[in-house]
Amino acid sequence: MGDYIVEMEHITKSFSGVRVLKDVSFRLRAGEVLALLGENGAGKSTLMKIMSGVYTRDSGTYRLFGKEQGNLTPKAAQGMGIEIIHQELNMCGHLTVAENIFLGREKKKGWLLDKSGMNAEAGRILQKLGLDIDPAAVVGDLPVSRQQLVEIAKAVSSNAKIIIMDEPTSALTDKEIEDLFRIIRQLRSEGCGIVYISHRLDELQHIVDRVTVMRDGEYITSMDFKDVKMDELIRHMVGREVKEQFPRVRCSRGKKIFEVQNLKSGKAVKNVSFVLYEGEVLGIAGLMGAGRTETTRAIFGADPLESGAVFLDGKQLSIRSPLDAIRSGIVLIPEDRKKDGLCVNLSVEDNLALTNMDQLCTRAGVLSEKKKKNLVDVAIQNLKVKLAGRGVDAGTLSGGNQQKIVIGKWLARASRVIIFDEPTRGIDVAAKVEIYNLINQLKQQEIMTYATEFEEKDQKNGGKK
Amino acid sequence: MSKKHADRWRRWLRIRGMSQVLTVTAGLIVLCIIFGIMSPNFFSGRNIGNLLRQIAPIILIGIGQSYVLITGNIDLSIGSVVGMSCMLSATLMTRGVPSVAASAAALLASMLVGLLNGSLVARCKLPPFIATLGTMTIARGIAQIVNNNYNTDAIGDHAQGFRDLFYYGNTLGIYNTVWIALILFLILNFILRKTPIGQYIYAVGSNISAAGLSGVDTKFTVIIVYLVSSLCAGIVGLVTCAISGMGTMDAGNMYEMYAVAASVIGGVSTLGGQGLLFGTVIGAAIWGVLQNGLQFAGAPVAIRNIVIGAIVIVSVLLDVVIRSGSFRFWKAKGQNN
Repeated sequence: MGDYIVEMEHITKSFSGVRVLKDVSFRLRAGEVLALLGENGAGKSTLMKIMSGVYTRDSGTYRLFGKEQGNLTPKAAQGMGIEIIHQELNMCGHLTVAENIFLGREKKKGWLLDKSGMNAEAGRILQKLGLDIDPAAVVGDLPVSRQQLVEIAKAVSSNAKIIIMDEPTSALTDKEIEDLFRIIRQLRSEGCGIVYISHRLDELQHIVDRVTVMRDGEYITSMDFKDVKMDELIRHMVGREVKEQFPRVRCSRGKKIFEVQNLKSGKAVKNVSFVLYEGEVLGIAGLMGAGRTETTRAIFGADPLESGAVFLDGKQLSIRSPLDAIRSGIVLIPEDRKKDGLCVNLSVEDNLALTNMDQLCTRAGVLSEKKKKNLVDVAIQNLKVKLAGRGVDAGTLSGGNQQKIVIGKWLARASRVIIFDEPTRGIDVAAKVEIYNLINQLKQQEIMTYATEFEEKDQKNGGKK
Repeated sequence: MSKKHADRWRRWLRIRGMSQVLTVTAGLIVLCIIFGIMSPNFFSGRNIGNLLRQIAPIILIGIGQSYVLITGNIDLSIGSVVGMSCMLSATLMTRGVPSVAASAAALLASMLVGLLNGSLVARCKLPPFIATLGTMTIARGIAQIVNNNYNTDAIGDHAQGFRDLFYYGNTLGIYNTVWIALILFLILNFILRKTPIGQYIYAVGSNISAAGLSGVDTKFTVIIVYLVSSLCAGIVGLVTCAISGMGTMDAGNMYEMYAVAASVIGGVSTLGGQGLLFGTVIGAAIWGVLQNGLQFAGAPVAIRNIVIGAIVIVSVLLDVVIRSGSFRFWKAKGQNN
């Protein structure tokens, strides 16, 4: 293992008076994969943004390849070989794979773009990484998981010495995770330093050499991965013992309430049938792209249901829009919180009220502030969310709190079936447990839920596809 | 056809809306055939020449607007910029300024409006709809104030060269207006398809944050497209001045809508990232052929407006339907939108 290529010491950073990093130290060697772990809000992203020049530090020292650095700009950091692969996809969907890989540093022939040169070079890069992707394909036509690999190829293609990967596997299928790990090992053997940020602790064993843990803006510890015990790691991250990562409450199975028969919708959903019983959580398992999300959308009326029948309490439902589904007592907690779950520019209060307008209005159809306040009070109490105020924008909350608000939107309605689509994606350990507890609560109230979540093996009672 | 060949063909169709360009081109041919059958004079050399000259200004403002639309923005000010450029050049010429200098001044003023638009949108983060709605009103105000709220007198005989250059003259049997539109189309299309800045224009419209993180100067890119748009509008202003031989304050009225219509009919996405200038040319041609053909068929102006409005809606609707494969609008949009 090589020398330290990044040495950050005593780094502090505040945003409008709030300290987000306190005296943090961080080191990365050449040719190692370092997992940077911590809850949401631990300061991992801030630290990485300081490293890559997006933010400037308030104090502390930063040595890169042994040389003291002043305040870097993103461009300068890139020039020195630091690349970030962002958690959210950052691709131009209309451009081709090669155009995306070379975006911002196009190959030119004089004044002109060298398109064939870029295609050839991109082809070489993809081949070297063992990826079977056509460089001339339009990125938007590729599945999301392949797009993520293109993003990785883009970072690699610039001869990066340090690559920061922020939750790179959150949109990948098993096959592509294999590809990613292979690429990471390849980069490591070429002497790259890789910072790997992930909430999926079970992945770490495959690639990680060392871990660094942060909590509440502070450096907690670093250790070699081979010495790590999972329980200990979680305790460092959360700051207390987490007894059960997958809490489980047993309920007696009641009568059959919900049934789906031979559902067909679009290309992804064919012949889907299942039955739900009172007080149970039904898991739908399947790889990314297997049609889980599409199934939930079809049941909820968000996508057209081409054929098949949906029964609730023995009666057949005709669901043509989300409104129909909600009226029948079926609600969906969608996969993508920011895009489909929340109005990110509206306050927490308004988001919670949005789904319950019918209950919040007076008889004359005027919104009652008093009813709204009551509803929000109850919801915030039930969800155990800590908020700066109920008027803050929902988009500013951490992932875990956002997810609680999305769930909270629906709790005031006496729903019969609640569909969770990947409810704990991108959420830290402690918040995950709280979300599981919420699901358990619902289960006990004889509301039936069904979740599609891969990681949550413990909760799976059966899956059909 | 081998599979590889078929793949390449399919991919070519996917590039930035090529398929819609082909659809509207077919539509244009059908339209021409219909009008040709309805009135034999439609295909006369004289009418074709006039038709092309009529379409040329719409092509000019259309390709300018397309640049802006491809970045995901919109420019509502161009109609007023046409009026401003027309009034400014005419006023200067009636006061004895040589036509070359008057034209240059009008184009410079137009580009200042473009610079203002681009700066407001890119640097001050104003929504493009609002920013250009404001400059639209300002530019119209300037058009009115330059000659104290009157249309100008005739620009006079010494400006005959100017009038020939922009409208009445021809070169190699084709009207100069058509040449101007053709040359500008070739240049702007080349920039868009073959140079880095063209690449950035698509990238900014496709995903501005990804473009920024890849090191693209997104602000510069947005300013450039507004400059191009207002330059095209400024040239059209000179054309309208040449047509009537005087400055009219309401010149270019509604042109921003024609420009959007030509772009959108031609497959340019108002959401950005997608579109080809060739499509805009076809869109402008459909606009012109409808105007001309309906006129030949004796339809009143009101009917022409209704037909063109309906064509805009239908062509975009067709695109939406083709892409989503159904009429359900709340269905999830494709990954690339």
